Amino acid sequence: MSEKKGIQTVQRDVVVIGGGPAGLAAAIAVKEAGVDDVLLVERDRVLGGILNQCIHDGFGLHRFKEALSGPEYAARYIQSFREKKIDVMENAIVLSLTGDRVVEVSTRGKLQYIQAKAVILAMGCRERTRGAISIPGSRPSGVYTAGAAQNLMNLENIMVGKRVAILGSGDIGLIMARRMTLEGAKVESVFELLPYSSGLPRNIQQCLNDYDIPLFLSTTVTDIVGKGRLEGVKVAQVGEDRAPIASTERFVPCDTLLLSVGLIPENELTREAGVEMDPITGGAVVDDTFMTSVPGIFSCGNVLHVHDLVDWVSMESEQAGQHAAAYVKAGAKPAAAGAAKVSIKPGDGIRYTLPQSVSGGQDFILSMRVTAPWRDRTVVVRNGEKSIRKKMVRLHPAEMIRVKVGKEVASGGNAMEVSVE
Amino acid sequence: MNSNYDVLIIGGGVVGCAIARELSKYDVKAALVEKEADVSMGASCRNSGVCHAGFKYAPGSLRAIVDVKGNAMMDDLCRDLKVKMKRIGKLTVALNPEDEPGLHKLKERGDANGVPGLKVLNREEMQKIQPGVNGVAALHSPSSAIVSPYNLTIGLAENALANGVNFHLGQEVVAIEKKPEGGFVVRCKSGDAFETKVLINSAGLYAAHITDMLGISGFKIYPARGEYYILDKRLNGTVKCLIYPAQSKSAEHSGGGGAHLTPTVDGNILIGPTAQYLDDPEDYACTADVMAQLRREGQAILPAMRGTDFIRNFAGSRAKQTPPEVGGNADFIIEDRKDVKGFINLMGIESPGLTSSPAIAEMVAGMVKNHVALNPDPAFNPVRPGRVDFFEELSAEEKADLVAEDPDYGEIICRCEKITKREVLDAIRNPLGARTLVSIKYRGRASMGRCQGGFCVPRIVRLLRDEFGWKPEDFLERGKTSPMFVGNVRPKGGAA
Repeated sequence: MSEKKGIQTVQRDVVVIGGGPAGLAAAIAVKEAGVDDVLLVERDRVLGGILNQCIHDGFGLHRFKEALSGPEYAARYIQSFREKKIDVMENAIVLSLTGDRVVEVSTRGKLQYIQAKAVILAMGCRERTRGAISIPGSRPSGVYTAGAAQNLMNLENIMVGKRVAILGSGDIGLIMARRMTLEGAKVESVFELLPYSSGLPRNIQQCLNDYDIPLFLSTTVTDIVGKGRLEGVKVAQVGEDRAPIASTERFVPCDTLLLSVGLIPENELTREAGVEMDPITGGAVVDDTFMTSVPGIFSCGNVLHVHDLVDWVSMESEQAGQHAAAYVKAGAKPAAAGAAKVSIKPGDGIRYTLPQSVSGGQDFILSMRVTAPWRDRTVVVRNGEKSIRKKMVRLHPAEMIRVKVGKEVASGGNAMEVSVE
Repeated sequence: MNSNYDVLIIGGGVVGCAIARELSKYDVKAALVEKEADVSMGASCRNSGVCHAGFKYAPGSLRAIVDVKGNAMMDDLCRDLKVKMKRIGKLTVALNPEDEPGLHKLKERGDANGVPGLKVLNREEMQKIQPGVNGVAALHSPSSAIVSPYNLTIGLAENALANGVNFHLGQEVVAIEKKPEGGFVVRCKSGDAFETKVLINSAGLYAAHITDMLGISGFKIYPARGEYYILDKRLNGTVKCLIYPAQSKSAEHSGGGGAHLTPTVDGNILIGPTAQYLDDPEDYACTADVMAQLRREGQAILPAMRGTDFIRNFAGSRAKQTPPEVGGNADFIIEDRKDVKGFINLMGIESPGLTSSPAIAEMVAGMVKNHVALNPDPAFNPVRPGRVDFFEELSAEEKADLVAEDPDYGEIICRCEKITKREVLDAIRNPLGARTLVSIKYRGRASMGRCQGGFCVPRIVRLLRDEFGWKPEDFLERGKTSPMFVGNVRPKGGAA
C-alpha cells in the first residue's frame, strides 16, 4: 500500500489483535515458536480482557489443574508475556483491517498503519442486547447486560440495583445472580426461553441452587414496565414454538433486569478483511491451522467461536500462535499450500464443528457443540470407512466437546462428518 | 429563581429551539423552559429524521407554506449549526397502474406548493435511483432530505444559548398567571417562576395543557404513537433514497404515511413508524404485535435484512389535533392570540414540524414584533463551533492530524461507532449542561451502535466520575426519575 501523507506505516511479522486470554496465549506461542517480531494490540488500559472482571473462581481447572480467579488466571499469562518481552500497545484500538493485512491502529497521540505478514484475530465476543432479541416494553433505566453490570460492580464498585430479575441462563447471568445475592440484592428468578439451561450445569448448582434462586425454563420476558426506573417485568411460559402463552403471563416486580441471552463473536474487523464467515458460530471459517479463508489471517478464542471454558481458549490460541509462526517462518505461505483440504460437516445432533476443514497432514482437536441435551450417547467422527467414536455420559449444548482426531483418520477422503448416535 | 424576560418559550423541541435561535438574532431578553433534563426529549428525538419536500399538503395550507420554506432553509442552517443533513431525494412509488394517476395529482399539488424539481418517473428511471425497487412508476422529489433531528434541535439550542437566550431545563410549567398590566407569570413545579411580556406555547404534546392553564378552551391533542426498529449499519447503502408507497387509504387515515424504510444520516435504517392513538402522550413502549408487524413489513421491502440486524426499538408520539374517529391530519395552528395579548400559540405541530421549524420560527418572530421591539443584534453569530462529521467519518489524513494534535482523539470509547474520548468529553461538557447518559448519547453518538453501550457505558461512567466526582446515585439515564445505580457495592476504602 502507498504511504499516506503524515501517517506512519511500519512492518511487522505478526500482529495479534486483542490482549485477553486468546491474544495473550497466541502471542506467547508465536514468540516461543521463534518469531520475535510480534506486536499485541489491546484496546483496554491493561491486558487480560474480560478475565479482569471475573473475580469468581473456577478458571484453570484443565490448564493449570487448580481453581483460579479470572485475574489470577490472566496474571499467569501476563507474567509469561512480560517475561518474553513481547511488544504491546495498550489503550490502542484497531480501526480497520484489510485483506492484505494492513492494520490501522489508533492510540493516544498516534494513528499508524502496520503491514503484517500474519494477523491473529483474538477480539473476543460481546453480549447480545435487548434490541437484538426484540423485548417489548418501555425504556426505563435498570436494564443491563449481565457483563456490563459485572464490569460496573467488580471494577467500579457500583451496585446497579437491589431487586433483580435475570433473563437468560448464560454463565455470566448465573455468576451475577450469585454475586448480587452475596452483596445484598434480592435476585427474584432467572428466566430461560429454552427448555434447558444455557449455562454450565456446575454454575446452575453453585450459583442458583445453592442460593435458592429459582430457574424457570421455557419462560421469557414479554414486557418491560416503568417510565423512569424499571418497575418490573412481565414473564410468560412459552410453547414449543417459543411463542409466549398469554394465559401464563405474570408480573415480577424488580428494579433491575439483567440480560444473559448469548454472546456474539466480535467480527467486524474480520468481515472488513473479507474473511469467509460461518453463520452458525458467527466466527471465521478456519482450517486445522486456524487460518481463515484469507491467507495470513488467523483466528482463535471467542472471536472464532464462543467457548465454555477459558482453558480451551488458551489451548486453542496457543495452537493458532504456533501455526501463525510457522506460516511466517515458511515465508508467509501456508505450510500445507496446495494440499487438498477435507471439509468437516456437522451431522445429526451437532450444531457446529471447528475447524470447518483440515489438511489431513496432522493430528488436531475437533471442537463442537451439540444441538440439545442428551445422556449416554456416542459422538462419531467419520471419514469414509474410518471413524472415531467417543462415548459420553452427558452431552449439553452449554458444554463444548473436544475430540482429538489423529491424522490417520483426517487424511484422505473429501468430507468428514460428525454426528451424535 | 425569579427572572424577567421579554419572551419566554415553553418547550425545548425542535420548534421551540428554532424559535429561540431565531430570537437570538435580535436584541431581546429571551428564554426557554423545558420540563425534561435536556432539549429534544420528546417528539424531536423520536421521529424519522426526514426533511419533507412538501408535495403532500393542500396548497395554501400553513403546513405547505412552512414546510416548503423550511426545506429550502435547511442547507444553510445545517451548515451553520454543524448538523448532518443529506439531500437523498424521495421516491413515492405507485405499485399498480391504478396508483399512477395519484402520482400526477401529487405532482400538481407539489408544483402549486412551489416544491422544486418534481418529476414522475417510469419504472426504468426509478430503478436507476434505487435498483430493485418494485412498482410501475414513482414521483421523484429531489429536495426530500434526511437530517439528524436531535442534532438539529441541540444545534439550534446551543447556538441560541451562545447568542444570549437562557435555557431553563428541568422546569415543568404548572400554572400561568396573566398580569393585569399585561404579560405573564409562568410557575414551574420546582417553585421557580418566570415573568415575561410575550409567551410562546411550543409545548408539543402538552400544548393544550398550556392553553388550558390560560383559560383558552377548544384545544385538545390526541397523541398517536409510532413505533420503529433501528437496523444495523451493515445494511448502510442498501436504501439509497426515501421510498414511500403511494398513499394507501389506511395510511391516510392514520395520518402517518405508513411504515417504510428510512435511512438515517448516520448510516442506520429505520423501519416504521406505525400509528396508534393513545391517552398517554409519553407512553413510548414498543409492543409485541407491532414489532412483529414491522419485522414482517421490513423483511418484505428489504429481503437482505436478517434477525441479527436489529439494534434497538423506539417509539414517539405525534401531537395530533384530529381524534381517532376523524383521522388524517389537521393544519398547523400558529397564532398571535387576540383574546390573550402577548400569547403566541402553536398547536398540532406534528409532521412536518422538523422541516418546518426554521420557517415557523421566522413566522413566530414576526408575531413577537407585534408586542416587543426586535432590533437585530449585531453580535449575532450564526455559526456553531465544531465539526459536522464524527472522527470515524474523516479521511485517514484528517484522523491522523487530529490524533497528533489532541491525544484524546486516539482513544476510542465507543467501539461500535468508533467514538473517541475527545468526542465523548465534548458531549459531556456540552454548553447546555445536560448531563444524563441520554444527553451524552445524542451529542456524541456513543452507545448508539450494535452493542448498545455494553462496552462504552462503563467507560462513560468512569469519564463522568472523573469529570464531576459523582457518586453512583448521581448518574441519570434520562432524567431525575431514571437513576442508573443504587450505590456502591462496598463502602469506599472499606474492608473487602
